[in-house]
Amino acid sequence: MKYHKPQDFDEASRLAAGAKGATRFLAGGTDVLVQMRADVFTPDEIIDLKHIPGVKDITRRADGGWTIGIAVSGAEMSEHADLHAEWPGLVEAMDLIGSTQVQGRATLVGNLCNASPAADSVPAMIAAGVTVTVTGPNGSREVAVEDIPTGPGKTALARGELISAVNIPARGDHGGDAYERFIPRTEMDIAVVGVGINLRLDGDTVTEARVGLGAVAPTALLVQEAADAIIGTTLDDAALDKLAAATSAACKPINDKRGTVEFRTHVAGVLARRVALTAYKRAKG
Amino acid sequence: MSKIHVTTTVNGDEVEFLCDSRETLLDVLRDRLNLTGAKEGCGTGDCGACSVEVDGRLVCSCLMLGAEAEGKSIATVEGIAEGEELHPLQKKFIEYAALQCGICTPGILVAAKNLLERNPDPTETEVRYWLAGNLCRCTGYDKIIRAVMDTAKDMREAS
Repeated sequence: MKYHKPQDFDEASRLAAGAKGATRFLAGGTDVLVQMRADVFTPDEIIDLKHIPGVKDITRRADGGWTIGIAVSGAEMSEHADLHAEWPGLVEAMDLIGSTQVQGRATLVGNLCNASPAADSVPAMIAAGVTVTVTGPNGSREVAVEDIPTGPGKTALARGELISAVNIPARGDHGGDAYERFIPRTEMDIAVVGVGINLRLDGDTVTEARVGLGAVAPTALLVQEAADAIIGTTLDDAALDKLAAATSAACKPINDKRGTVEFRTHVAGVLARRVALTAYKRAKG
Repeated sequence: MSKIHVTTTVNGDEVEFLCDSRETLLDVLRDRLNLTGAKEGCGTGDCGACSVEVDGRLVCSCLMLGAEAEGKSIATVEGIAEGEELHPLQKKFIEYAALQCGICTPGILVAAKNLLERNPDPTETEVRYWLAGNLCRCTGYDKIIRAVMDTAKDMREAS
């Protein structure tokens, strides 16, 4: 296995595009090293991205949004007071992943590109309207998070392409987000269902909403019908019923040891209600 | 295959080693630097027995390549005591008998020390969540948690 330390994303892209064997990009490594250890995947070339300037930075953009470097760990996000205050749902979703030790290394981009349907940060990023910058042999483009995973373990990234930044939109006024998952334990587990909701209010009325749904389909989903169920409402019981029904209706889960189809479908609706109420309360300030 | 030359700092000392690209930091610590305090339990980041600090951040050394240690500052359980003088956590673990087989103990000491440096007055819940990635199959955790809580109290009173 060859170990590369590119100094910029173009060099990283060229290395990956020109690699003869199996290639992996390395940031936090909390999935890559596990796959290597378990002989699930044995890279011939590993491209460590942590020597590229800026990859450990959390930066406020001129438009009020945030750019998160691709090697920023979950712990660094949780410790960033302003980011946490503006996007508690997104930061807390990331913080749910793994142990303290894993939080010291794990990254948003790794969670996204590992492409597990149960990745906790992904529904929260989808709800927040996060985009990623994809750098490849033909330059860079901005892609919505929901368009990156295409199936379990699969992404829309072409050969030689990699994610070079995470772009969180400006929080703006009267907005709030939240994420919750169901797990049978209290910590250190994989989501059976995960729901992220981000909304904006005008007075008591929801004017914008995005609902991200995880662990109940081959990829995390953006559920427009669930958002439509609460836009224009004050999140009264009727709106919450419609939200729960639309969220459950979007589920296409599998049966496995962690939950049945019926259980996951029901719990998705239950969580959507709770998460919407938390996001609403946060938006009220 | 040519080896990778790495210069790093371990427990305050500058260290150089040659490693294979596939070797983890845990492999390097144990097999090249003869620092066998960090243990390999699972090798996949689940058990925490290999916990070390890298630039002050708690990580599993089995989930990091040795090559990634270049220019970093690494702290292992071997650096916790000051010469013959045990760290308050080590004394308290003995007093409370907060271990049986001892395989998890180095990782728990490193993790607990990292917590107390960040938060000198943690709640029991905070200690339990912080140490959730350090598995112990002997003690049932209760003595470990009590030892950490009591160390925190002693250290607060001493400062």
